[in-house]
Amino acid sequence: MSVTSRPGPAPPGTHEMLPGAEPVRLLDAAGRWVGTGTPPDAGLRRELYRRMVLGRQFDRQATALGKQGALAVYPSSYGQEACQIGATMALRETDWLFPTYRDSVALVARGIDPFEVLTLMRGSWHCGYSVRRHRTAPQCTPLATQCPHAVGLAHAARLAGDDLVSLSFIGDGGTSEGDFHEACNFAAVHRVPTVFLVQNNQYAISVPLAAQTAAPTLAHKAIGYGMRAALVDGNDALAVYTTVTEAVERARAGGGPTLIEALTYRMNPHTSADDPTRYRSAEEVAVWSGRDPLDRLAAHLRAEGLLDDATAAAYTAEAEALAAGLRDRMRQPPALDPLELFDHVYAAPTPQLREQAAELAARLGRHAS
Amino acid sequence: MTPQLAMAQALNAALSDAMREDDRVLVYGEDVGPLGGVFRVTDGLAAAFGPQRCFDAPLAEAGIAGTAVGMAMYGLRPVIEMQFDAFAYPAFEQVVSHIAKLRNRTRGELTLPLVIRIPYGGGIGAVEHHSDASEAYYVHTPGLHVVAPATAQDAYSLLRAAIASDDPVVFLEPKRLYRHKGEVARERPAEPLGRAAVRRPGTSATLIAYGPAVPVALAAAEAAADTEGWDLEVVDLRTLVPFDDETVTASVRRTGRAVVVHEAAGFAGFGAEIAARVSQRCFHHLEAPVLRVTGLDLPYPPPLLEQHHLPDVPRVLEAVAALQWPETGSTS
Ligand SMILES: Cc1ncc(C[n+]2csc(CCOP(=O)(O)OP(=O)(O)O)c2C)c(N)n1
Ligand SMILES: [Mg+2]
Repeated sequence: MSVTSRPGPAPPGTHEMLPGAEPVRLLDAAGRWVGTGTPPDAGLRRELYRRMVLGRQFDRQATALGKQGALAVYPSSYGQEACQIGATMALRETDWLFPTYRDSVALVARGIDPFEVLTLMRGSWHCGYSVRRHRTAPQCTPLATQCPHAVGLAHAARLAGDDLVSLSFIGDGGTSEGDFHEACNFAAVHRVPTVFLVQNNQYAISVPLAAQTAAPTLAHKAIGYGMRAALVDGNDALAVYTTVTEAVERARAGGGPTLIEALTYRMNPHTSADDPTRYRSAEEVAVWSGRDPLDRLAAHLRAEGLLDDATAAAYTAEAEALAAGLRDRMRQPPALDPLELFDHVYAAPTPQLREQAAELAARLGRHAS
Repeated sequence: MTPQLAMAQALNAALSDAMREDDRVLVYGEDVGPLGGVFRVTDGLAAAFGPQRCFDAPLAEAGIAGTAVGMAMYGLRPVIEMQFDAFAYPAFEQVVSHIAKLRNRTRGELTLPLVIRIPYGGGIGAVEHHSDASEAYYVHTPGLHVVAPATAQDAYSLLRAAIASDDPVVFLEPKRLYRHKGEVARERPAEPLGRAAVRRPGTSATLIAYGPAVPVALAAAEAAADTEGWDLEVVDLRTLVPFDDETVTASVRRTGRAVVVHEAAGFAGFGAEIAARVSQRCFHHLEAPVLRVTGLDLPYPPPLLEQHHLPDVPRVLEAVAALQWPETGSTS
């Protein structure tokens, strides 16, 4: 079971370990196709847009729930839909996704019930969806720690002869953590079928990218590991989808990992608890409002005759129904059983935990199971 | 008149006074610069002292702690912030292998006058990894001082003492007390580390607490006085290492009964050390075994269930009731 000497595409050349001078962009600001090849399939492009409309509305609803106090916290994806959905759609169902707290919209695009997605942020449990069914790890909060997990899982799948790829999301700030470095290095040395997708939304809470790295771009870090690099316009859904698809399929074919940096912007505060006026200007935010990823893809689809008013209205109606359903379910009190706290710490509770469960049950006027 | 400050403001005052008095003191971490920290403890410091003395490091706790070692070796007195308790773990290797040991490894030649500030504990309704009570890891590591204030005045005075200390200090700031106000006298002489305080004198039993558990113990003592007729003494440890055996022992010898209250899991928690010390030193004065009211032995619960984990007044009173009172007294 030798992993290093397996046949497959040649390792990357030095030029492939450096990003292009300009980010990959397939749609210009007005949504015109500026790519060299042919655009992805029409149905795919429409589906990307549909999921972005749903994701945007989900994010609006979750942000509102956060403001109303129905969620403990909500880190918004507003403005990052092209990154999260473009990347998610590049994966097969059998591939594995390793998301962060920022990536709730990716989870919705992955087909996870939006209500289950919000379990963590609502605070009724730490993860509300089936990790195995959706091949999606729990949303990860300790920065960069999901990256080695994604690498290990894909490595194990490779050893088992399984044909899958993992993708970890990470933020610009997270790339400064040691775990990111270690994950990249392992992945490159063992040519693990994994993709690192950095959503560079320009800030780590209040800290701008310039205080995070002196590298020309985050994608430049790839060459230090001997890994392929790509830099992509993260508000261009077609560019993200195409770039991630290439990386995922190359990894699947044995071509090793890729580090992709997607340039985007966090339009909302870091979370519902943050005050961004302390560290960024309204002018800067306004510039990025003019680069909205949904507007760009919509303009493209309309110009290509792939989106008409009726279809757009249908997507909007579907999104509103999703939000309304979510609101309704959030209005119900959460299903909470304090005694469940003892059930999952170990395969079987320790004698001490059994005692503590009995004490809590007594305090609650109940019998421990 | 002594001004009322919230604990976060008292900490801010301590940092700013220390930086003004000693230009070797510098503050860095994540979001501590222009933002002023996610809890606003470093608010205004970057503006007042400039980006050399208060700045945002690249986002990497191991790097933050490791560079603090180097800076301290070169004569600075760094005060670093970990954004939340559970986000201090990437720095653990630097803390355990270097910060705690450098003095010893060099037979006292290298001292590390640095402070690691850590917003600490739960009760703020936060999602996972934002509420850990992680003191056991630090108190179990010889070479580290560990401090946990419970009042605004102590936050000020003990942080000043921590910054003045030539040994490294892990400074645990109870998040849920950040907005609690109290009088803060800035001109008071620095409080030495290692002295507990009797917050409420009493005769029936001693409640021993620190950090966020102190207000819980005080509330329990008030409730006990009102409803049960117990007169409970409350000892606030303030400094976990060095541990003030003297104050704790004197109190328990007087009252003959003790309950330790802390938020961290009970199993192998700091309360176990306290209970063992009290049992050894006060054995012939004790009317009952030393009891502990602690967090459950679980990963910190999701916020909607955290109230079942955190020690509260009824649980403290339940423990007090179980202290083998004579038949005529209040028993449960
Ligand atoms: C190890 C660790 N340190 C600190 C934090 C606190 N924290 C949460 S989000 C964040 C900023 C992360 O920025 P970035 O990686 O750019 O992701 P973004 O939030 O912008 O999506 C910080 C410092 C954390 N979650 N984990
Ligand atoms: Mg970011």
